[in-house]
This record gives sequence, structure tokens and C-alpha cells, in this order.
Amino acid sequence: MSTKHEKEPLFSARNRKLISNPLGMENPITVQVLGICSALAVTAKLKPAFVMAVSVIVVTMFSNLIISAMRNSIPPRIRIIVQLVVIASLVIVVDQVLKAYVYDVSRQLSVFVGLIITNCILMGRLEAFAMSNKPWPSFLDGLGNGLGYGLILIILGFTRELFGSGAIWGYSIVPQALFDFGYKNNGFFILPPMALIIVGIIIWIQRSRNPELVED
Amino acid sequence: MQEIFNIFVKSIFVDNMVFAYFLGMCSYLAVSKTVQTSAGLGIAVVFVLAITVPVDYLLNEYVLKPGALSWLDAGFADVDLSFLSFILFIAIIASLVQLVEMVIEKFSPALYTSLGIFLPLIAVNCAILGGSLFMQERDYLNVGQATAFGLGSGIGWFLAIVAIAAIREKIRYSKVPAPLRGLGIAFIITGLMGIAFMSFLGIKL
Repeated sequence: MSTKHEKEPLFSARNRKLISNPLGMENPITVQVLGICSALAVTAKLKPAFVMAVSVIVVTMFSNLIISAMRNSIPPRIRIIVQLVVIASLVIVVDQVLKAYVYDVSRQLSVFVGLIITNCILMGRLEAFAMSNKPWPSFLDGLGNGLGYGLILIILGFTRELFGSGAIWGYSIVPQALFDFGYKNNGFFILPPMALIIVGIIIWIQRSRNPELVED
Repeated sequence: MQEIFNIFVKSIFVDNMVFAYFLGMCSYLAVSKTVQTSAGLGIAVVFVLAITVPVDYLLNEYVLKPGALSWLDAGFADVDLSFLSFILFIAIIASLVQLVEMVIEKFSPALYTSLGIFLPLIAVNCAILGGSLFMQERDYLNVGQATAFGLGSGIGWFLAIVAIAAIREKIRYSKVPAPLRGLGIAFIITGLMGIAFMSFLGIKL
């Protein structure tokens, strides 16, 4: 690792790409199809979506870092168990921190904090990147993919809370005059199926702007 | 008995793993290209959920819950190990999947070849860990209820993946706008199927 630092600066162009690519062209949710499981259920409101995004970023960064540092001493046959143990320990730490500092959000997230363990982003990035790269680029790759995941979560949480309950972060922002005029919150946005449809629309917009992503 | 049947039906339709909680979405989207393979994966999920949920229930009941260790000695009555549940559940799931794989390979090679690579992959399917975590959160009263929940959730997941695979096989011949093809339309179909499944919400059990 130290030789690498002498050869290239910490934030060389290649390393910056590791962070910026997953935000757009290699987004873990809309392009790599990783980590949808826990992404959708927590986005009815912005606040739990934000907390979930931060938790996933922390876990992806450190699991990538730890596995990458250990990659030469992990026997390939049992690597999945080793990866699961590292991820599960990190998630336990995150879960305990959430319970201690933001208990109400932790109640809302319920089982979905635990489900970060089986979030495909983690295993996917560990297998695809951390097992064959040095710790520092792996750390950045984890950060980038966590951010890409978080970005979609924030978009979803923002849209669903705005249209579903007329509020952002729990503060209602739709003016009363609009309600008097006959505007109604669309309760449909709070329900689970709408999250799927919004992701579908995000994919639609992204792919029509980047035709090279289109399938078939 | 009535109660067990209610939990079973509820976990298939009302609390469907895919449509109500989005669990197991990754393999649900990745494998649902043909009906045959998705049925294979679905059966494997039913199998593994029906085994892991009761086992994790016993683990939770006799080791992890606050005060669960009191059968060992009265001194352990206020020990709370529930913070260990994530790591123990995932370890149980990973080892049970391995065990199930070996048992199937020994006794039914035909089923083993048809499930193929799906069995080992199930260890990291969110639906499996999700089943155990929901079981822990909902506090079922006995092993029977936990088993009914595990089996029901598995069947619900099976229904969902077979249904979407059938739709995706047909949709290949439709004119979908190019940017929506593949993943995008699969998301939107799942959303619409979820709306259909919401009609079960009104059922009072």
C-alpha cells in the first residue's frame, strides 16, 4: 500500500473516477442492479432514507477496506463466510450506534438495518473489486458505490415524502393555501409499489439520456 | 391450529416478501428471465426458508432473547444476547444452506442438478435473512407458527418470481420503449403486481 502512495497521489484521476462513476454511469441500483432489497422499503420518508444511506455508506467503505487488506490470506473456498462475518460485525456496530443515538429512526428501519448484511451491493463490490484491488482504491470504491446507492435513496425519499405527505424531513412545506384550493396529498406515494415505479422511471430517464446503457 | 393457518395465508398474500417488503429483489430481478429457472430458484427458497426460520426461532427463543438463557441457570436470567442475532442468524443460514445442499446431492441428484448454482447463492438472498429477522420482530408464540410463517413466505416468494418470469417471457414480443427495456419495465411491472397484491390487504384473518 505504501508503495502505491509514492507512485500516485491519494486522489489521482483514476481514484476520483472510483467515486464519481457509481454516481452516474455505474450506479449500483439503476445499472448494476445491486442492493434493491433494502433500498425501497425505507424510502417512504426522507429521514429514514438518509439514515439508511449513511449506514450503507459506512458499511460499504469499511467492509471493502477490511476485505481488501485481508484479500491475500483468505482461502478462496471459504471466502463467502469470511466476507459475511466481516459485514455482519460492521452491521452490528452500525445497528448499536443507531439504537443509541437515533432510536426512533432505528425503530422505523426495523429489520432493514440487519438486512444490510445481505445487501447485494456489499457482496457484489467485495467480489468484483475489493478481492482484487489494494485497500485505498477499494475504500474509495466502497465510498462511491455507497454514495450512488444513497443518491437514489435520497431521490426516492424526497419524491415520496413530498408528494405523499406534503413534507420534507418531517416539516410540511406545501402551503395551506394549496390545500384550501383543493390539493390533496397523494397517499399512493407512501405505499410500497410506488417506490418500484419511481425507480423504473429513474431508470427510464437515465437510459434515454445515455443510450449506451439500453439493453438488447 | 386456526392461528397457524392464518399466519400461513397471511405470509403468502398480505405480507408477501416481494410485493410488501421488497425482499430478495436482487435475485428476483436477475433470475426471472425464464419460468423454468425461476421455478427452480423459487423451490429452493421455499425449502431453505421452511428450515431456517424454525431453527432461528429456536436459537432466538433459547439463546438470544433477553432472559432466554434462564433454562441453564437462574443466574443467566438477565442476560440479553440479542445484539448477536445478526451474525448468528447469518451463520446458521450459511451453514444450513451448505447442509441442505449436501443432503439434496446425496438423496436426490435430479433435484440437485435442477437447482444447480441457485442453492449456494440463496445464503445471501435477503428474503432468507429477512424471514428470520421478521420472525424475531413479530415474536411468534411457538415453533409451529414460525414454521408456518417461513413456509408461507417462501411460497409467496415463489409465486412472485414465477409470475414475473411468465410476464417477462411474454413481454419480449412487445414494443417497449428502448430505454425501458429489460430492467426498467421489470420494475414497473413489479410495482403494478404489487398494487394488485394490495387488494389482499383488506382480508381479515
